[in-house]
Amino acid sequence: MNYIIDRRLNSKKKSTVNRQRFLKRYRHHIKKAVSDAVNKRSITDMDKGEKISIPTKDISQPVFHHGSGGKNTRVLPGNDQFSTGDHIQRPKGGGQGTGGKGASDSGEGMDDFVFQVTQEEFLEFMFEDLELPNLVKRQLAGLDEFELKRAGISNEGSPGKINIIRSLRSANSRRIALTGKKRRQLKELLGELENLERDGYEPTSDKVINLKQTIDDLQKKIGRVPWLDDFDLKYNLYVKNPIPHSRAVMFCIMDVSGSMDQNTKDIAKRFFLLLYLFLQRNYEKIEVVFIRHHTSAKEVSEEEFFYDRETGGTIVSSALHLTADVISERYPPSEWNIYGAQASDGDNWDDDSTVCYKLLTEKILPQLQHYCYLEITSRERQALWHAYQKVQDDFPDKFAMKQLVDASDIYPVFRQLFQKKTL
Amino acid sequence: MKEVKPISTGSDWTFELLEKYNEEIAKIAKEFGLDTYPNQIEVISSEQMMDAYASIGMPIGYNHWSYGKEFLSVEQSYQRGQMGLAYEIVINSDPCIAYLMEENTITMQALVIAHACYGHNSFFKGNYLFRTWTDAPSIIDYLVFAKSYIAKCEDRYGVASVEAILDSCHAIMNHGVDRYKRPDPLSPEEEKERQQEREIYLQKQINDLWRTIPATDNQKEEQKETFPKEPQENLLYFIEKNAPLLEPWQREIVRIVRKIAQYFYPQKQTQVMNEGWACFWHHFILHTLYDRGLVTDGFMMEFMQSHSSVIYQPPYSSRYFSGINPYTLGFHMMTDIRRICEHPTEEDKQWFPDIAGSPWIETLDFAMRNFKDESFILQYLSPHLMRELKLFSIIDDDKNDDIEVTAIHDDFGYQKVREALSAQYNLGNREPNIQIHHVNIRGDRSLTLHHTRFNRKPLEEETAEEVLKHIHRLWGFDVHLHSLEGDNIEQHFSCPLNNAD
Repeated sequence: MNYIIDRRLNSKKKSTVNRQRFLKRYRHHIKKAVSDAVNKRSITDMDKGEKISIPTKDISQPVFHHGSGGKNTRVLPGNDQFSTGDHIQRPKGGGQGTGGKGASDSGEGMDDFVFQVTQEEFLEFMFEDLELPNLVKRQLAGLDEFELKRAGISNEGSPGKINIIRSLRSANSRRIALTGKKRRQLKELLGELENLERDGYEPTSDKVINLKQTIDDLQKKIGRVPWLDDFDLKYNLYVKNPIPHSRAVMFCIMDVSGSMDQNTKDIAKRFFLLLYLFLQRNYEKIEVVFIRHHTSAKEVSEEEFFYDRETGGTIVSSALHLTADVISERYPPSEWNIYGAQASDGDNWDDDSTVCYKLLTEKILPQLQHYCYLEITSRERQALWHAYQKVQDDFPDKFAMKQLVDASDIYPVFRQLFQKKTL
Repeated sequence: MKEVKPISTGSDWTFELLEKYNEEIAKIAKEFGLDTYPNQIEVISSEQMMDAYASIGMPIGYNHWSYGKEFLSVEQSYQRGQMGLAYEIVINSDPCIAYLMEENTITMQALVIAHACYGHNSFFKGNYLFRTWTDAPSIIDYLVFAKSYIAKCEDRYGVASVEAILDSCHAIMNHGVDRYKRPDPLSPEEEKERQQEREIYLQKQINDLWRTIPATDNQKEEQKETFPKEPQENLLYFIEKNAPLLEPWQREIVRIVRKIAQYFYPQKQTQVMNEGWACFWHHFILHTLYDRGLVTDGFMMEFMQSHSSVIYQPPYSSRYFSGINPYTLGFHMMTDIRRICEHPTEEDKQWFPDIAGSPWIETLDFAMRNFKDESFILQYLSPHLMRELKLFSIIDDDKNDDIEVTAIHDDFGYQKVREALSAQYNLGNREPNIQIHHVNIRGDRSLTLHHTRFNRKPLEEETAEEVLKHIHRLWGFDVHLHSLEGDNIEQHFSCPLNNAD
């Protein structure tokens, strides 16, 4: 007997477990490859999968085999020039002989083992052992998603929701209740009839006929009780519950004054992007607010934020003012998880740093989940840094600051900022 | 004559068409005496084919990272377009499971049905090695047992410790087969029942072997004997039965790997024959379909194109050359046997007096049943074919400065070339011959292995050291490996290393 079976609909991912085992086993290698990749990547494709390569030697499964040397006899096809007894120069480089067995499978000098990890896996490795401080207020965000929940049984509803068992049970009990007395009577009368017949009454005698008439009436009455009545019907009741969502808003604040060159902005952008991806893994909904500033601050689109150049002096507090305003206007802290990230080269108007300190500690930080400040510079630290250091002393949980010099620092610094803290 | 319509004209396939082709092919196969297991033909997608690839063709496999690695590399090269997937995978089971890929055209599906479901299938059922070493009806059940047993061990003892044992077993899987006695047939019910019994019994034996209670004089006499009495070539078997420190569940895992190695053992030794047989029959069956007017010219063109690329043999000097293509050699030898039967030349009559002129179906059937690659080539490789493939034999000896051509396809060389080619398929020639020599049962419990050199070939050192670590993990005490040329120890490995010398 032969069978032809369509298996195309069977599960495809039979190897998933094995694949994960492999990734787990070589997570050390992969993590290294991922962090290299993060530094090398262009800004826009941070969230794609990645090609990982591991030296073949590290992952080979050893088995016994012959090394090169000794006496090897081989038969080859396609003789075009040799006759018995010819001597051939040993080919150089590739062990002995032309390809084939022998030395070539010794596992040395082979390329790296290269494979692709998905975006999901890439991010997994990227953000491994990191955590967001002060996580998540869950809020009822919007009224756009609901889940239906059972909420017992009701007497009203649409026919599609009829609960058959409940309905029939209720009909059954109604019938029992309505006919109980009559059926008891009927039983008595039937017994009486039997007695009469046993005592020898003719079926034609009045007594019997009357009795039969009463029995008949009773049976009809019982029969008239409906099998199923309107009020027997029971319906399953469902209620709509809104699904709680966590949502976050991220403020990207950047200095665009003349001292910030494109390179510095790139570094800042990569950092913002990392933070964005990281938040995305923790929150279902994320909004991003871009605020740039020189002497005055402005809320702008992403495009403008990264690519428009402006010059001018620097007043950091302008951006903080705007941030505070936007929060109070649009993002009530009771509903939103608010994160701030500020990038700057550390320049600020002389007296402004103390204003920043005040703004941050009094108005902004109490409403925020977390705020991080990046200073992208290789120069001496200035007043802003010192002011922020005071902020950090006041809010050690919520506030973090680091200094970056070039692009390769981004990922390590990012990891430092969000390192899982073991208690 | 009745007008016969071709079964199909387009290139798309449907299940009805598959049924029809299968029916016609089955008819022809029966006519020409192919004895097969029932077929279970499964149509799968390319992703599923990659899954099947990754698990070395086992339909159910236990979980192990190495299969994940396999999968990743298949996926990578497939997506880059470096490699096409095979059109089919066929499993030696009863019913015989064959996978067809959904991307194939109807021509390819018919080709695959003929090749796998009738060619390979009848080979699995008929060849003596498969009959001796595998038990087709129970293999699927055994794999199910193995998978669930290993999953259970993972639950109980942790993935990492199971993985460690499997890694070590895989390292000596090639040295975990019996070559000379028939194993008990695998039966899943018995397997489960006996497993517990075995645990207790084995543990008792081991305790006995490693007994530390002072022995009587009588026993002391016996102790002078070495253990094992004779060298053992099945390392996994020896470890399963004798390793002092393994837990019962670890022994069972060793056993599972050993059983699976044993199951694949015949396939390694019959690659040329198996593929040759299958190619011969798909070629024959599809031509018969064509002769009967059941397939179109276009169908045949596509088939011939695919067939000839499968059996293409690049010459030694080509940059695509990577050894002798088993499909080419096998197909040509099978075809050649038929030629010798039907149209023998004088030369053939001289070389093959017993088969020249005999009925070809019976002769081929006999050849399929009673040989493995090594003996098959030694028996049937004809001068005619050696000339056609232009085979020549070389010796590359590290004692000489250059390579010598020892024989070519001429009257003086036929015999030599044939012997050399046959030897090339001798498994013992390909894999190092490693045996367990003795165990120091009264001393440090160290295990000593001997590698007997063949043609002075040394062991590859780096991997040998790695493998030794795995053996050490299984054995639990020091492990030594000597590579012997005659009686001289040429290479010496030890694990752990600090005990060396």
